[in-house]
Amino acid sequence: MSENAKLPPLPVGTFVERSVTWSKKNLFDGWFNTILTLGSVAFLLWLIPPIIEWGIINATLTPTIEGCAEATGACWGFVNANLRLILFGTYPYDEQWRPLLAMILLMGIICASLGGVKYPNVRKWIIPMWVIGVPIIAILMWGGVLGLTYVQNSYWGGLPLTLILSSIGIVFAFPFGLLLALGRQSNMPALRTLSVVYIEVIRGVPLITVLFMASVMFPLFLPDGVTIDKLLRAQIGIILFTAAYLAEVFRGGLQAVPRGQFEAGESLALSYWQSMRLIILPQALRLVIPPTVNSFISMFKDTTLVVIIGLFDFLGTVKLALRSDPAWTKYYVEGYTFAAAIFFLICFSMAKYSAYLEKELRKGERR
Amino acid sequence: MTQPASTAPITPSFITVDGLTKQFGTTVALDGVDLRLAKGETLAIIGPSAAGKSVLMKCLVGIYGADRGSIILDGDDVSKPNADKRPEWASKIGMLFQQNALFDSLTVWENICFRQIELGTMNRSQAKAHAIDLLGHVGLAEESATLSPSDLSGGMQKRVGIARAISSDPALLLLDNPTAGLDPVLSNHIELMITKIAEQRGTTVISITNDMQIARHRYQNLMMMHNGKVYWSGPTGTIDDAHNDHLTQMLKGSSHGPITMRAGKRDDGVYA
Repeated sequence: MSENAKLPPLPVGTFVERSVTWSKKNLFDGWFNTILTLGSVAFLLWLIPPIIEWGIINATLTPTIEGCAEATGACWGFVNANLRLILFGTYPYDEQWRPLLAMILLMGIICASLGGVKYPNVRKWIIPMWVIGVPIIAILMWGGVLGLTYVQNSYWGGLPLTLILSSIGIVFAFPFGLLLALGRQSNMPALRTLSVVYIEVIRGVPLITVLFMASVMFPLFLPDGVTIDKLLRAQIGIILFTAAYLAEVFRGGLQAVPRGQFEAGESLALSYWQSMRLIILPQALRLVIPPTVNSFISMFKDTTLVVIIGLFDFLGTVKLALRSDPAWTKYYVEGYTFAAAIFFLICFSMAKYSAYLEKELRKGERR
Repeated sequence: MTQPASTAPITPSFITVDGLTKQFGTTVALDGVDLRLAKGETLAIIGPSAAGKSVLMKCLVGIYGADRGSIILDGDDVSKPNADKRPEWASKIGMLFQQNALFDSLTVWENICFRQIELGTMNRSQAKAHAIDLLGHVGLAEESATLSPSDLSGGMQKRVGIARAISSDPALLLLDNPTAGLDPVLSNHIELMITKIAEQRGTTVISITNDMQIARHRYQNLMMMHNGKVYWSGPTGTIDDAHNDHLTQMLKGSSHGPITMRAGKRDDGVYA
């Protein structure tokens, strides 16, 4: 066992002794690190206890205004009392099991798709899962069939709305962005110009403008009697907007694939689409996982802007709850903290998944 | 084999290139290149960088179309775009690229038998067995089959590139600098291997090299290119010492002869 000789010696001594050694090496290594360590500890001591005191020890879950008035800490009672309004918005109270079920189903499909990509047995079910799942979600949300009462989508709101807008947004913006990126690299001048103009125009305006255009301007151009649903218009606006950003991300990935890879494909007489599908895109997309997920996270948070065209997404319903009774209004810190926590949870999961995916796919690229 | 109409050399010509011209913008990469090669013959192309060697090779394999001139390969003019016949032509050619151009998203064996898997001429297990067999030919162990190309050293990648090039038993093997960046011992080994493969299979080989000695001793014919033109071509047996010195000096770019190097441009013309 000659290799063992090269290994660093195992740490010896009691736990306390080892801790002291570790601290000396990592925390008190020189005067500068010592000051940093002490400073950080002082800062955390100043910051953390009041938050715990406010958020947990002195907080109350009692779902009444009176209960909250008595508490000196956070009034989670606000969230507790208004949970269904915050989660489901103005969706009819008795039917709120439907958006709940739809939301669970959607999350289930998303998780199964993301986790199953690795396994060929699961992978072949991903597309059928969406094809079957999305109509079920639509039926649950809209109703009107199977004895479910019809719920106009202007009553949809809260977390299901946010999740639907962003997941449908991702599912459609991804291929559209990819086509735009390929269009921008195309040899055909018309296609290239069209892609460039589209990307630059959409990137050049804020999302709010796109949503306003979709909601206010767009109907003006439609002939009388033709109306396109407000939610659908917002959804299309989000897709168009995100696709322009994704297109540039993908273009970066395409440019990073060595020219030789295209030529090797051509030397095998592969068609353009074969080359793309089999050789170029697997490499290009792997390279751009971090910025792609970045775009998705940013789009997820941008869905909160639909509030300006009168849709109540998750953040919108928190505001709605705060305004539902003047007595609740002063508990906005609790309301927004709760919303922030949910948003953080979802965005953080996306970030974690992106890191996992990168690691999985980079197994072929260690050197 | 069908006879190309234009020529009548003693042996029937397998490849006939006539007045091949290729421009990228205002840069003339190939300027009236002629080439004749019979089946089973080997040819080394030498020349300073930016001479047009790689462009010629990419024209032969169909990556670039010709601006003028023709390339008759086995009776077909392959210089004009023809989407229907391209797969058939491509199947006659195996090419090793200068940077190997192995597909990083695939394993070594999937790289080697890419064509067979995509055309469906072999199922995956047949393809894998075929790839492992070829790995043996190029001196690699079976274990490397399931690795990713990026796990291999430069010399091993080169071998995989050669295995991929010969996987469909092509009639024509194009090698763009098969020994570039390898040490002399390994270079010699790779060249020996290529010679052996070509002899066993009766493959016609065109190889770009920067080594005059390898060109002279491992190939039957030699073609020296310069500024997109053929400067000298003929059987390597006809090269005497004076010739050899002259060509070697030109290859090194020393400013005897008519050669002045075009600086700052790679030999594939546009993608520098």
